[in-house]
Amino acid sequence: MISDACLQELNAKARDIRVLTLEMIGHAGKGHLGGAVSIADILSLLYFKRMNVKPEEPRWADRDRLVLSKGHAGTALYAALSLRGYFPREVCYTLNQNGTTLPSHVDMRKVPGADMTAGSLAQGFSAAVGMALAGKVDSKSYKVYTIVGDGESQEGQIWEAAMFAGNHGLDNLVAFTDWNGMQIDGTTDEVNSLNPLDGKWESFGWHVITVDGHDIVALDAALDEAETVKGKPTMILAKTLKGKGISFAEGKVSSHSMAYGLDEVAAEIAKM
Amino acid sequence: MTFVKDQNEMRKVYCTLLSESAKTDDRIVVLEADLMASNGTKDFFKNFPERAYNVGIAEANMIGVAAGLASCGKLPFANTFTAFATRRCYDQITISAAYTNLPLRVVGTDPGLAAEVNGGTHMSMEDVSIMRAMPNMAVFEPVDETQFRAAWDWIVSYEGPLYIRLFRKNTTKIFDEGYTFEPGKVSLVKDGADVVLFASGIMVAEALKAAEALEADGISAAVVNVHTLKPFDSEGVAAWLKKCGAAVTCENGTVLGGLGSAVAECAADNCPVPVKKIGVQDHFGEVGTLSYLQEKYHMTAKDIVEAAKAAIDMKK
Repeated sequence: MISDACLQELNAKARDIRVLTLEMIGHAGKGHLGGAVSIADILSLLYFKRMNVKPEEPRWADRDRLVLSKGHAGTALYAALSLRGYFPREVCYTLNQNGTTLPSHVDMRKVPGADMTAGSLAQGFSAAVGMALAGKVDSKSYKVYTIVGDGESQEGQIWEAAMFAGNHGLDNLVAFTDWNGMQIDGTTDEVNSLNPLDGKWESFGWHVITVDGHDIVALDAALDEAETVKGKPTMILAKTLKGKGISFAEGKVSSHSMAYGLDEVAAEIAKM
Repeated sequence: MTFVKDQNEMRKVYCTLLSESAKTDDRIVVLEADLMASNGTKDFFKNFPERAYNVGIAEANMIGVAAGLASCGKLPFANTFTAFATRRCYDQITISAAYTNLPLRVVGTDPGLAAEVNGGTHMSMEDVSIMRAMPNMAVFEPVDETQFRAAWDWIVSYEGPLYIRLFRKNTTKIFDEGYTFEPGKVSLVKDGADVVLFASGIMVAEALKAAEALEADGISAAVVNVHTLKPFDSEGVAAWLKKCGAAVTCENGTVLGGLGSAVAECAADNCPVPVKKIGVQDHFGEVGTLSYLQEKYHMTAKDIVEAAKAAIDMKK
């Protein structure tokens, strides 16, 4: 359950993640906007309510982990990590600048708080499965969260890992699909449809919950439900809107990577 | 000189070493992709069921799972045939293991021609070349049981990602029990002065046979084993190039980018001398016994002798 005050706070954090993401890409001049802001609500819930982490000790062995397998959405993760206290806000504005520690795709060796490198799609998801397995081998109580893209789920490696995690009953693993229905060349249905996505995950031995990926109450309830599931990993199919919350990006395939500057950022923030 | 086979298959030695270490080293986890029997790790699966996982025929996922385990402090050994371990998973190893610089072990068995009757589809001629080109990745090929055992402490303690190219059956015994393994340093097998034969894996035995034949012709040939292709012992290799003034490289894989290239690069950088390359000359493999293929592809002691004489002639 989630209190009204907590909900208000988490919605505010989601908004902050979107604004900071918008700003960071505006400073860089272009970047992966649409699929970053579509996961802002999930990131808010994870980093500001659910995950047991210590920003002052990013490599704390018993921390909960998040693998952003859709590594191109790194900007939103960096925004969340910065807001959570892993590094100062000024660092955010170095995104993709020469010599930065914040590259467009997530790099665990450069970004404090990033639990795995990702960018070549589906690899992060396998690594998340490995982390969950390590937790079982070591009888640790930490949880592993991972976010995959719907387009990313066209990769065969996703299903190799899904089969293994299902067969090994990794109930310390909770995955989200950022189901915004779009990829670089069009909608996922136009390019290579994933449907029925829920049936696919169920048939691979996962507990599947479908929710509105922008409804923090629903997402939180899904995570509560996942905690009660034993012997199965959980997949939360989060129905999202690509570019959510940014007027010039919402619902547009082209929002995958967009070029814009600080004038557009200021205008957009004024609208909010 | 008489050559004898090591008593134990390398895969048996591997499983024994893994099992012995696992008793005291909680980090060790073994992953297979449906080749547990071929790679000889069945006993580990029996004795350490909670630390052994068969991911099925899904090598890409095996590497990713290994990376996740390694990021949580485990030391995963991911095993499969060299062809699948390297070229099939090249991007997974590059990003999830090398770019992350995580301490996992990729163990490829049946290197080069050793795939024998599995044929061309299973022959990794290029694995050393492509793994050597990967930043952060170390590449090691033990030549016999003694060296494999001697290197084991380094294998489990090395801090980065490591690719091990493992002949899984009985190797020809090269080193005696007094052998000392020096990480990153070439191992002298036989001293010599007129030409140096740099060899790795199963080709060390051929190089030794060649050196014996060369001695009969009055040519003093050194045999130097390059067990670690990366980090490459440039200093050690350059010293031998300077001493002998001519070299032949002998490898069980393509001469494009492997040991031959590494030695030639070292020569060009440090002391330009003739370097002749014995190995697979830019073609695919085919089914056949090891001896048949070595003969067909000009990778025998006789071929090394001819190459050595040609290299010496180039000195004049």
